[in-house]
Amino acid sequence: MENYGQWESFKGRLWKEEVNVRDFIQNNYTPYDGDESFLEGTTEATDKLWSKLQVLFKEARAKGGVLDMDTDIVSSITSHGPGYLDEEDKTLEKIVGLQTDKPLKRAFMPYGGIRMAEQSCEMYGYTPSPELHKIFTEYHQTHSDAVFSVYTPEIRAARKAHILTGLPDTYGRGRIVGDYRRVALYGIYFLVAKKQEDLLNCGCGVMTDDIIRLREEIAMQIKSLKQMKVMAQSYGYDISQPAKNAKEAVQWLYFGYLAAIKTQNGAAMSVGRVSTFLDIYIDRDLKAGVITEKEAQELIDHFVMKLRMVKFARIQSYNELFSGDPVWATLEIAGLGMDGRSMVTKCDYRFLHTLENMGPAPEPNMTVLYSKRLPDNFRKYASHISILTSSVQYENDDVMRPVWGDDYSICCCVSATQTGKEMQFFGARANLAKALLYAINGGKDEGDGLTPYVQVGPAYEPIVSEYLDYDEVMKKYDLYLEWLAGLYVNCLNLIHYMHDKYYYEAAELALIDTNVRRTFATGIAGFSHVVDSLSAIKYAKVKVIRDDKGLAKDFEVEGDFPKYGNDDDRADDIAVWLLDTFMKKIKKHHTYRNAEPTTSILTITSNVVYGKATGATPNGRKAKAPFSPGANPSYGAEQNGLVASLNSVAKLPYTWALDGISNTQTINPSALGNTDEERINNLVAVMDGYFEQGAHHLNVNVFGVEKLIDCMEHPEKEEYANFTIRVSGYAVKFIDLTREQQLDVIARTCHGTL
Amino acid sequence: MEQIKGYVHSIESFGAADGPGIRYIIFLQGCNMRCRYCHNPDTWKCNDSTAKLYTAEELLDKAERNKPYWRDNGGITVSGGEALVQIDFLLDLFKKAKERGINTCLDTSGNPFTREEPFFDKFEELMKYTDTILLDIKHIDSDKHKELTGHPNDNILDLARYLSDIGKPVWIRHVLVPEYTDFDEYLYKLREFIDTLKNVERVEVLPYHTLGTFKWEKLGISYPLEGIAPPSKDRIENARKILGQTT
Repeated sequence: MENYGQWESFKGRLWKEEVNVRDFIQNNYTPYDGDESFLEGTTEATDKLWSKLQVLFKEARAKGGVLDMDTDIVSSITSHGPGYLDEEDKTLEKIVGLQTDKPLKRAFMPYGGIRMAEQSCEMYGYTPSPELHKIFTEYHQTHSDAVFSVYTPEIRAARKAHILTGLPDTYGRGRIVGDYRRVALYGIYFLVAKKQEDLLNCGCGVMTDDIIRLREEIAMQIKSLKQMKVMAQSYGYDISQPAKNAKEAVQWLYFGYLAAIKTQNGAAMSVGRVSTFLDIYIDRDLKAGVITEKEAQELIDHFVMKLRMVKFARIQSYNELFSGDPVWATLEIAGLGMDGRSMVTKCDYRFLHTLENMGPAPEPNMTVLYSKRLPDNFRKYASHISILTSSVQYENDDVMRPVWGDDYSICCCVSATQTGKEMQFFGARANLAKALLYAINGGKDEGDGLTPYVQVGPAYEPIVSEYLDYDEVMKKYDLYLEWLAGLYVNCLNLIHYMHDKYYYEAAELALIDTNVRRTFATGIAGFSHVVDSLSAIKYAKVKVIRDDKGLAKDFEVEGDFPKYGNDDDRADDIAVWLLDTFMKKIKKHHTYRNAEPTTSILTITSNVVYGKATGATPNGRKAKAPFSPGANPSYGAEQNGLVASLNSVAKLPYTWALDGISNTQTINPSALGNTDEERINNLVAVMDGYFEQGAHHLNVNVFGVEKLIDCMEHPEKEEYANFTIRVSGYAVKFIDLTREQQLDVIARTCHGTL
Repeated sequence: MEQIKGYVHSIESFGAADGPGIRYIIFLQGCNMRCRYCHNPDTWKCNDSTAKLYTAEELLDKAERNKPYWRDNGGITVSGGEALVQIDFLLDLFKKAKERGINTCLDTSGNPFTREEPFFDKFEELMKYTDTILLDIKHIDSDKHKELTGHPNDNILDLARYLSDIGKPVWIRHVLVPEYTDFDEYLYKLREFIDTLKNVERVEVLPYHTLGTFKWEKLGISYPLEGIAPPSKDRIENARKILGQTT
């Protein structure tokens, strides 16, 4: 058993024998059920740094979003020397480390795809290095090129038609959360030794494909760990040993994360569940009198400031998909332990408090792991912060804990993953609304109205009747779902094969157990529109309007029909059926590396783009109109207010969609109660009621539609510089959304009073 | 006996400002007043063709889906229209709600109230099953009240006194309309009246808004308050201060 001096006064045994951060936390954390009165404001250093960063954000915005870019250095853990937010006074930053040599300067990351890396440079007026172009086209394959070289014509057609959409084939797949806490708790030497042990014990000597691949992967992980040490060295820190105090713990942990974001530009680069862990170090220092609460808050403020600075170079089409320049530096707060103790510590307050100290912000993506059994004081404080900043999302710990234990992280916007034990093959979405149109049109894509119809799906007989018959539609829809599920899984198989091969996440996986569990995260887009369409066909009469080629281009609904979002079982049962059916079809197929299939109903802001590529649907949604985001009911469908809408979404069983069911709601402050206290209590009641029924996720926005409109018209106003709103699964600055998305958000807002 | 049914205009599953906690709000059809600023002129007619018919059981079954959100103070609120227009149904609904242990709240303008029978008898019984009343006093001056709503306010003030006498918890609400109610003298007069009551838990100023005007257009009736803007923040504060709004 190891026994480092840095571990003095820490209890427990198992975590010293093996890499086991959970065991360390459970043995050492101090639950806190008091209120927020202990919290401290900012220090002078924090104020200075934050205003400096504000200026940089503004400059970047003035330059079209990007302040500066690398064009001739390939980003790696050790590619850049140290960089500081304030070059003149480096002592201000208690937590150091940048992705490149300068703040907000975007790194050049070609491994995902050289073309994308180059395009993103050109988009902002930078010229990428011709030499790197030669290297990554002639000498070295990239993930994107490899994927496209093996795509079948069928997959290409499905991709082009957007029935498979948002696929991680031109950028990093992300969604892998290294257990960055390990760097702080163990130091690099211990971690390298453990991985070397794994390498020795990898396989019995018979070199199968699997064993060879794994051995190479472990070797790459070890190399990454060693590079982390070199990177930290350049900032003057020796991370070969465990962190000895709170400042080092935060810094070591951040170095681990920094290694990840220097090497990967995944769609989601989560930080993980770090608050309870860090509290143990802060608590020890506070007790020893070597740190004050003000200094503790400063550490967290500075760490969070770094997370607010994470940026990647993206291309136009990516920005349209995931608007507002998100990185999903998701960070979890609260939750309960398996033993029933609350895992809320003072540090959970400190992280939320950063939203008061430095104002609202989209990153890190603050996620409260919610349970009715969390302390009253904490639920009220979180609710208070939500009302104040609209920057927090809530996920139901009571449904996730039984599946993932008490040390899971959120690896993307809403998807859970066991910290340090799991990785995910992110799979974007299948457009099930489009699949419904294929069922009606015999597999021909409804197109954009300009190009001729293309046969994308199998050419089964189209529906030719004037009015849609429910049984006929369901029979045909089933066939197309079957086809789509198979194509989808196979498409993802080859994407992830290539990602492992050409863009392996060595730094993150170095901080995850060698014997990693893999999940295969498929997803659904257009959910509510399919449900309402099927309900319309079943309960009303839907007339097909066909064009001169005989294909459905629009629908007329005669009569009323139940809609998802009104707590009406007739519609909600269809929703549950759809999820169940799709998941069952996905599960039939072989998955790459035998990953466990899951699915999600979350679309992020991509609901706008997906909708744009989809024809009119039988529920009355017009062609190209945005989808509703995630599992939200269709726009205009909710006729009975917020609770009825929440109750509908809560009927979707989380265990059938383990990758997450995202729901975004906006409440007008005046509709939430008359006083601050009432609003806080009512919001707590909303969450208690929603989550008690087994619902998974809730984005909470508290503001009026007037504010959105004013912000859209006057983005230059100082007060809107950091105005943050929650959209499906993450937070964005409203001014960073495209106008189209702003209008979409406005149209969906909100549950107010008339 | 045939089940009595209520004419329901609409349902709002999330009310956080109309009674304690989170409320399931049932808007009933029918109102005899013709308030010039009415937000819901589509609720005036009782048996409107757009109204949905529900029994008390049906509504309570739906309302109980909200139970997880109620904690220790939420429940149902019946509003309108004017809920007392359908007092027989209301009585049935609240009686059955209490049997299920549901907190009940009545949002009323008081206009149908009278001490005459058969109304009064029913009202007295209704009070047995009502936890809180939100009483909307449109204007303290009876003539002005008539000008604004088409009816005098004597029976409404009488209702307020009656509720005070039986000690029924009441929230007094007052819509602040520029050029109609937003005059200090009337606000002071209203405050004086409120001070004579012993059962007032809360006083609320509701600033006039124009969000309901589209409904007038839709119904093809001209909007009498055309051109009147919502009150300024200062005037709202002023009214709150005068009326002693505590929240």
